[in-house]
Amino acid sequence: MKNAVGREIPDFLLKDGREVYQGKNYMDGKYIQKASPRTRRYEKPQESKLVETLADALRQCGARSGMTFSFHHHLRDGDYVVNMVMKAAIEELGLEDLTIAASSLGNAHDPIADYIEQGKVIGIQTSGIRGRMGEVVSAGKLKTPAIIRSHGGRPRAIEGGEVHIDIAFIAAPTSDCVGNCRGIGGKSNCGSMGYAMTDAKYADHVVVVTDCLVDFPNMPASVEAIDVDAVVVVDSIGNPKKIASAAARISQNPRDLMMAENVAKVIASTPYFKEGFSFQTGVGGPSLAANLFLEKYMDERNIKMGWAIGGICGPMVELLKKGKVGKVIDVQDFDLDAVNSINQTPNHFEMSASQYANPANKGAFVNKLDFVVLAALEIDTGFNVNVLTGSDGVLRGAPGGHPDTAAGAKCCIIVTPLIRGRMATVCEHVVTVTTPGDCVDVLVTDYGIAVNPLRPDLIECLDKAGIPHVTVEELKEKAYSLVGRPDDLQWEDEVVAVLEARDGTILDVVRKIRPYTLYRD
Amino acid sequence: MEILKPAIAGTLESSDVQVAVEPIEEGVEIYLESSVMNQYGRQIKDTVLQTLERLGVDKVRITVLDKGALDCTIKARVECAVFRSCGASDANIPWGGVIR
Amino acid sequence: MIPRPRPERFRLRRTMMFMNAQKPGLIKDAYIYGCDSIMLDLEDAVAENQKDAARFSLYHALKTIDYGDTEVIVRINGLDTPHWQEDIRVCVAGGADGIRIAKCESAQDVLTVEKAVEAAEEEFGVEKGRTLLMAALESPKGILNAYEICAASPRMFGVAISGGDFRKCMQTTPQRDGVDMMVARGQMLIAARAAGIQCFDTVFTNLDDQEGFEAEVLQNKAMGFDGKSLINPKQIRFVHQVFAPTEKEIRQAEKIVRAYREQSAAGVGVFTVDGKMIDIAFIPGAERTLKLARACGLWEGDLV
Repeated sequence: MKNAVGREIPDFLLKDGREVYQGKNYMDGKYIQKASPRTRRYEKPQESKLVETLADALRQCGARSGMTFSFHHHLRDGDYVVNMVMKAAIEELGLEDLTIAASSLGNAHDPIADYIEQGKVIGIQTSGIRGRMGEVVSAGKLKTPAIIRSHGGRPRAIEGGEVHIDIAFIAAPTSDCVGNCRGIGGKSNCGSMGYAMTDAKYADHVVVVTDCLVDFPNMPASVEAIDVDAVVVVDSIGNPKKIASAAARISQNPRDLMMAENVAKVIASTPYFKEGFSFQTGVGGPSLAANLFLEKYMDERNIKMGWAIGGICGPMVELLKKGKVGKVIDVQDFDLDAVNSINQTPNHFEMSASQYANPANKGAFVNKLDFVVLAALEIDTGFNVNVLTGSDGVLRGAPGGHPDTAAGAKCCIIVTPLIRGRMATVCEHVVTVTTPGDCVDVLVTDYGIAVNPLRPDLIECLDKAGIPHVTVEELKEKAYSLVGRPDDLQWEDEVVAVLEARDGTILDVVRKIRPYTLYRD
Repeated sequence: MEILKPAIAGTLESSDVQVAVEPIEEGVEIYLESSVMNQYGRQIKDTVLQTLERLGVDKVRITVLDKGALDCTIKARVECAVFRSCGASDANIPWGGVIR
Repeated sequence: MIPRPRPERFRLRRTMMFMNAQKPGLIKDAYIYGCDSIMLDLEDAVAENQKDAARFSLYHALKTIDYGDTEVIVRINGLDTPHWQEDIRVCVAGGADGIRIAKCESAQDVLTVEKAVEAAEEEFGVEKGRTLLMAALESPKGILNAYEICAASPRMFGVAISGGDFRKCMQTTPQRDGVDMMVARGQMLIAARAAGIQCFDTVFTNLDDQEGFEAEVLQNKAMGFDGKSLINPKQIRFVHQVFAPTEKEIRQAEKIVRAYREQSAAGVGVFTVDGKMIDIAFIPGAERTLKLARACGLWEGDLV
């Protein structure tokens, strides 16, 4: 069945009331039955919940084959916990048919690809999928299709019981002996632990994995002891160098800077750019650099930003410290400046993924956003964005908060170079739709700006400000005139990944790619 | 043109392509790797073969390691490798003739 | 193949950005940053054993890439190298707008290049005289012969000083106040103006020293340069900002041109604008100001 973004969704996926994507805000006003976990009572006072090893913790929580384990990705590419836990479960306990439900997975998790190939891991639910894992899943080696959700879609699915977490593993930079966890104060600090919060509340069992045991009580706790079954101390939960970079530096790449400047110009041309406006930006080159130029316009008009959300890094903390933004609310930290600031700098707060972006609760932060500036792997003439699959059809990205912030914000700006190497970023049809075009308002490229025709009001703003713009079709034609029109990708029928829209409907599927080789014909 | 000795042109930098040619007894053997194989593999192969044909090269083993080069770069690298293999790449290039 | 219009000898050239002709990733779209001219470099940026490869790249770039209104100039290798003749052939065959003669020291150097260009235009069926020339002065001898170089050929549109080599010859280094090249810049400017061609300043290579760069650009403008060579797109904006005429200059120029048209139609040669005596000698300057203002997006009239 074809959905609202023109994607053919196979019927076998449309069971148990599952629907295809119908457009923005389709689920508004509907009711959701929240799931409740079955958790163990610890009525008798315990001195400590420390257990010797991960295997012991798994046994204590009744781990068995066929279970779903959850993880969060605050340790990013430095994470050791996913690999450590899966190794214990599969190699020590001999478990099989496991499903990993993670807020995201990345290059750090290449070893999981082996477990997929061996058939020990049969399900993956995640926002991001990259590296070897992306390759093996794209090659059809995972037994069930991977389920890709946005950062807001994940807490919705957990709270609504679509994902039942048997055991949640919390990678904790510090914990006390009963499981009060924080993202700071240890040796592998990550700052916010926002993505772990829903897991801890909705999982049947919760195991804290830490490399820095601190005195009780570890307060204020991001994950609270009242939800924790066991605490395991390991040598190291991750590589600090890869968890938080020294400082996210603003790009010096002239192309990025040129695009960033145009992003700021567009923002400043809209009526939303006024005292107290709200803002989120990604940490990619041009998105982050937009901060720099935006500050100039704020100074010029003598206005301040009311609040900023999202993954946070140094430049935003800098604005907070300078008093140019009122509050920063933070679901994840990308560099040490942000890690060292959260809950320390006044008005720098932590929030959960649900609070950040869940479309099924009673009003997440993204719903109040004025502007979001986002990147894209591809964007098509319908303004649909792909941030999941490479233009070769292989899984190598993450929707993250992209679809959530795009849907919530009054003005969603995509910033991307027109071409990357020989890949046309602006194209006729994206390989996979991860953010539907009705959520995207403006496209800024190094070859020009295009406004979604759904937003005549913004077109008028740009015209008034004298900002030149073209149609997205013109940008696409320019891209193809440079790189040539790509051949259509060749797919098998087999679905390797299902892309859920943030509201739980099906936005797209990724099929097994049939690679081009010489001399097939 | 006749491939006289092995020659190479181009780099493995992004947006470039490295092309190596060597003489063989018969025919054109092409080996192609590309970072954009699925979308452009066929077009790259065509460009390489057309360029060789224009240069009148019919006995060659050509290895093409592509990092997302545009067509104009692919042509330039193939031509340079072929002219180098004949020791003729430094002067009196037929610009606008077989090089076009 | 992208046909390019016949190059204009006198056009706006505030910024000329150098690009290594051997790097496909760089040359494919250098024009998007909005510099007036790009300078594809076959000389210093290209290693000695890659000169041949760079020419093949250059030829196809010139033939394939739509540079739009951006002028495309090629810096060829010096006349003391074995490369310059083939460099000229590829420039002319590819249809470059102009050639920058490196290390130019005499009118004879210009004539030598001109002869080879003419031969190449003949060989490749290119309109005779289409390919423009500019000279880079890189030595004391070049500076001393500046006037004869500037006046050597009707193809010459400009002259530039190349600071790196020149300072070495003069046993000096870049100075904050520009005193190291003050005389050379001045002499070159005088020669260029006397010969009626444009004059461009050298690159500023320390990308981390924005303050020093800005000071140099302001001095360039004050000395009367037409533009500056650049090594990074991020330098473009400031140069354009500095070389843009002020609101007052634009209004004044508009008044002068308009008044001149009216008065000369009425047969009057000398008249006053805002109490200032104006005659025909003011017109080229005023027209240049308006053209510049239009290029900078500051003026939309149709007087020029």
